[in-house]
Amino acid sequence: MGGKTGLVPDASQLALRDLQSAATSHRGDRVFTRTVAAAAFTSLLVLAGIAIFLGLQAIPAFQTQGWSFLTTTGWDINTTPPTVGIFGMLYGSVLLSVVGLVIAVPAAILLAIFMVFLSPPRLSRILTNLIDLMAAIPSVILGLWAFYILNPTAEEWQVLLNKYLGWIPIFENTSGNFLGTPFIAGFVLAIMMIPIITAVTREVLSRTPPDLINASEALGCSLWTMLRYVALPYGRGGIVGGIMLGLGRALGETIAVFFVLKLVYETNWDKIIESGGGSVATLIVSRFGEVSGPLELQLLLAAGFFLFIMTLIVNVIANLIVSRTGRLQK
Amino acid sequence: MSTAEFEDVMDLDIEGAEASTVHPVGPTEMAARDLSVWFGRRKVLEGVNIAFPKNTVTALIGPSGCGKSTFIRTLNRLHELIPGAALAGSVLYEGKDIYDAAVDPVQIRLQIGMVFQKPNPFPSMTIRGNVLAGLKLSGMKRENHDDIVEQTLTAAGLWNEVKDRLGTAAGDLSGGQQQRLVIARALAVQPHVLLMDEPCSALDPASTLKIEETIRELSKEVTIIIVTHNMQQAVRVSDYTAFFLAEEGTPGHVVEQGETTKIFGNPREQRTLDYVNGRFG
Ligand SMILES: Nc1ncnc2c1ncn2[C@@H]1O[C@H](COP(=O)(O)OP(=O)(O)OP(=O)(O)O)[C@@H](O)[C@H]1O
Ligand SMILES: [Mg+2]
Repeated sequence: MGGKTGLVPDASQLALRDLQSAATSHRGDRVFTRTVAAAAFTSLLVLAGIAIFLGLQAIPAFQTQGWSFLTTTGWDINTTPPTVGIFGMLYGSVLLSVVGLVIAVPAAILLAIFMVFLSPPRLSRILTNLIDLMAAIPSVILGLWAFYILNPTAEEWQVLLNKYLGWIPIFENTSGNFLGTPFIAGFVLAIMMIPIITAVTREVLSRTPPDLINASEALGCSLWTMLRYVALPYGRGGIVGGIMLGLGRALGETIAVFFVLKLVYETNWDKIIESGGGSVATLIVSRFGEVSGPLELQLLLAAGFFLFIMTLIVNVIANLIVSRTGRLQK
Repeated sequence: MSTAEFEDVMDLDIEGAEASTVHPVGPTEMAARDLSVWFGRRKVLEGVNIAFPKNTVTALIGPSGCGKSTFIRTLNRLHELIPGAALAGSVLYEGKDIYDAAVDPVQIRLQIGMVFQKPNPFPSMTIRGNVLAGLKLSGMKRENHDDIVEQTLTAAGLWNEVKDRLGTAAGDLSGGQQQRLVIARALAVQPHVLLMDEPCSALDPASTLKIEETIRELSKEVTIIIVTHNMQQAVRVSDYTAFFLAEEGTPGHVVEQGETTKIFGNPREQRTLDYVNGRFG
């Protein structure tokens, strides 16, 4: 410690012992700490590497397109300069994820509540395994399944939605075509998110301290009030984290969406059961095989860069939400 | 159950009480009659008969595993929440069988409050939020929340220590303070009976004395049933004592019960004498 010298150490130095270095002074601890730090640093490097690679590739495309690359929607390479913009795709990725979340979050949380508090232990073990299996289904298989099996069924649901709730703008459909809609793509995303969110929520809920459950039981509350005031607030941080994990998967999901979404190069703002929508990842995969030249390739990589940025932003927001959930209830 | 039957219970010939010269004062608030309890196929309590006179403190003592916690949890219908739990006999509260099909367990748990061994305030709620938690959780309506907070915290002997930080997290309080907060929380729903399962066993001597004072004070208005392993505590706080025992592979039962002075001073049974003098258990 620098600063004051003298025989008698200054009182503040006496009081503020360096506890951190004392705690890691053990040799094994030191090795462990460094290994962990190195691993963390490596993953940061990889992340930065990807960002830099994509960023560099994106520069030329961005130079020719300017901000309109982000604010307009279209993909016409043949005009000079090409009229290309990915707004509709970025927006589409978010819209599909939101549709997916609206379906997945309630389903997953109810499922987790059932498994932890209501079902007999045997059944909940079986469910746990089934749900883990569900998480392991490759997305291409899920896409195929959705294309052949889900599509016809989902078509009927949407017709019903339109018939009874069509007066709500999001359930309008003027084309009469109910295939390739954001709803179906979002539904597929929900199927991918449910296992993740359920697993995390189940884990978090099963850790509700028995003392607190006792306390609420003794205060005469029902399962639902216990969940609302005790278990869910207790697990909120973890549950939000699980939702964000699911969202992370949904935003970047490519193949499964590719099978069921009719990709259109215009912005579908809110017509979730109308054919046609956008998705950055699906745009990239659908154009990549048939790029017209180096310019289009660069444009696709630029799109990838912004998809990357968007997922990063979602994750930062997620972290902020998680870290703010420790708030006190009045 | 009819009133006549209930009178019958009130006159229940309590073992031990017959030898005592003083009879229970006031009416019986609660009573267990021929109560037997099972976990799955295992019978852990058999034929328990105890009456708890209104506004008195009854201590339940006995070696570990003899079924004191199990018994106390049957008194506010918490026992039935454990999968596989079963019971026979009846528990009477203000003359009615609380296990009657028409009785709402939620109402029972509100009128018969409980304090557990480990302090269990809701950590995500403030001190004030905890005191009012019972009202919130059960949807019970009471006016003047500020008054309730002050009254119950005062009754629990905690008001002076926390009155300036009611909005802070309950988890920041010391163990003893948390336990008194939990008592305040139980009082806020105005219970007639307070069950306490070893409420001081996780606390230091000073906090323990504070809680004992609180118990004595509360017993003017509330009937208290307390499980304790601390013989001095039983002597200090209770009017009546019941001694539970589960001998070698048999279900727990009440060996002897009566006035605390009698149980500790001049018990009828040798086993009671041995236990209260720390010779086994
Ligand atoms: N949830 C449960 N499932 C099965 N058996 C149980 C359960 N809870 C308690 N028991 C059994 O019931 C018996 C009585 O337990 P209980 O907790 O009532 O004892 P106790 O007198 O409170 O003991 P202690 O003084 O250690 O708290 C014990 O043999 C115990 O193993
Ligand atoms: Mg016990």
